[in-house]
Amino acid sequence: MIVLARTALAVALVTAPLWLASSYHVHVLIMAGIFVILASSLNVLLGYTGLLSLGHAAFFGIGAYTSALLALKLEWSFWLALPAAAALAGTAGWAIGRLALKLRGAYFVLVTISFAGVIALVSTNWMELTNGPLGLPGIPAPALGPWSLRTKTAYYYLVLAAAAVAYLVCARLVRSRIGRAFLALRENEPLAESVGVDSTHYLVLATVVSAAMAGVAGSLYAHYTRFVSPEVFLFSYTVTMVIMVVAGGKGTLAGPVVGAVLFTILPEALREATSWQWQMLVYGVLLVLLVFFLPRGIVPGLQRLAPRRTP
Amino acid sequence: MSLAVRGLGVQFGGVTALADVSFAVQPGTITSLIGPNGAGKTTAFNAITGYLRPSRGSVLYDGAPIVGLRPSQISQRGVVRTFQKTSVFPTLSVEANVMIGLHLRGRAGLWRILAGHRSVRAEEARLAAHAAEILAFVGLAHRRQAEASALPYGEQRLVELAVALAAEPRMLLLDEPAAGMTGGEKDIVSGLIRRIRDGGVTVFLVEHDMRMVMGISDTVIVLNNGRVIAEGDPAAIRSHPEVIRAYLGAGAPRG
Repeated sequence: MIVLARTALAVALVTAPLWLASSYHVHVLIMAGIFVILASSLNVLLGYTGLLSLGHAAFFGIGAYTSALLALKLEWSFWLALPAAAALAGTAGWAIGRLALKLRGAYFVLVTISFAGVIALVSTNWMELTNGPLGLPGIPAPALGPWSLRTKTAYYYLVLAAAAVAYLVCARLVRSRIGRAFLALRENEPLAESVGVDSTHYLVLATVVSAAMAGVAGSLYAHYTRFVSPEVFLFSYTVTMVIMVVAGGKGTLAGPVVGAVLFTILPEALREATSWQWQMLVYGVLLVLLVFFLPRGIVPGLQRLAPRRTP
Repeated sequence: MSLAVRGLGVQFGGVTALADVSFAVQPGTITSLIGPNGAGKTTAFNAITGYLRPSRGSVLYDGAPIVGLRPSQISQRGVVRTFQKTSVFPTLSVEANVMIGLHLRGRAGLWRILAGHRSVRAEEARLAAHAAEILAFVGLAHRRQAEASALPYGEQRLVELAVALAAEPRMLLLDEPAAGMTGGEKDIVSGLIRRIRDGGVTVFLVEHDMRMVMGISDTVIVLNNGRVIAEGDPAAIRSHPEVIRAYLGAGAPRG
């Protein structure tokens, strides 16, 4: 039954561009895929180590700008710019992780917000490098050998592959001794230390992995929209990510995926269905209902309804 | 493999929790630290295991100083503790709790894990088998899949013990392992502590239950007002005048 459902899902995802009515729908799916990577990256921190980063858009933006600048100024190929974006975002994550060494809870949240604020200011004011608020237009589309991934359909497959890899990275990580160390720190840090889990090492590792994944999402975003501006650092991006993780189910692998797809499609669907006055209202009411009836998120809620699988 | 505490002092602001405490725990023994509430027993545990930085004095394990090391570094050297208040990983399964305790027995690094290397799966299987052995030892094999916080109190304390044992201690510090347990559960814990010692692990415990302390200890150290007032085998402690005055009282159980 589960195998059947998974096969059906895989077939549907792979054939989606063929049966979707318009390229606009493919665009929505591409954005959903990018948000799947982002939400999954935030989930590594929020869901598994319990650290809330409200500056996650900073890692996304660093990835987007790194990739864009390397492609525009140094004419790097996308395939080199993408890992570079991950590396630089990961380095920023390392710096934030070192701070987590001393800070927990609300203080950590404040540091991440401030960090995103500073990075956004740099992107707006360092005119020579980032072109300030005007942004960087004309980022080239990735090419795969002789083929340019310029079309939405081609880019869809690129993002699908990246999202699948991101999911796999999270799955392997959280089911390993490293993932257990993350959980141990979320559940009971003094006890984790008492059995030799080095809290500093693992909190830094979690932020680096999380930030690098967000950097990958940023790079994919930059080469898709072909334009980056300081808007990538908007606080609303971070809030959207948090909603996706919490509503989908933090600390589960499928939660951020479900949350990202749902909350990318929902605003678009509302835009088609109703006038703008009603869009945010319906969105808000749906969110409140969701939190009210499924406080631990959609995926854990459904898991409780379904008969328990014996592992 | 002995633990030596020399001139240990801990100040909290103006309050002296430990004044000048010196004692040694001999390898292969069960040693108990007893004393009235507020005597500084848990403070001593916290200072030894790195959760608290002592104001002065030294702690030597195996001849090497361990003051100033982080708790995880101290447990990596084989000194593992449990906590006075029930302390488990609450929303995780009993098995996952023990698997976390086995953290240092695993070697898999980030890249091998992300690559899905064959050795990682083999290691996981080995750790799971080890976890099953430990759960069988403490008598929780049937609770493997239960969520830790859903267990009755006594069993949660056994989960704690299993987590500590998983970290392969050479010296195990137990902070009131039998507090709040029923008589039957206390007997089970006493039996387990003896078997742990017989397996070559030095056990150092804080406990209020005198029947248990006198029953299992090789050596008893008595703390009062932040000082050691007596040290010796259970018989000597039971008849020590200062201990009777400060802690046991005249009607103390004789055996």
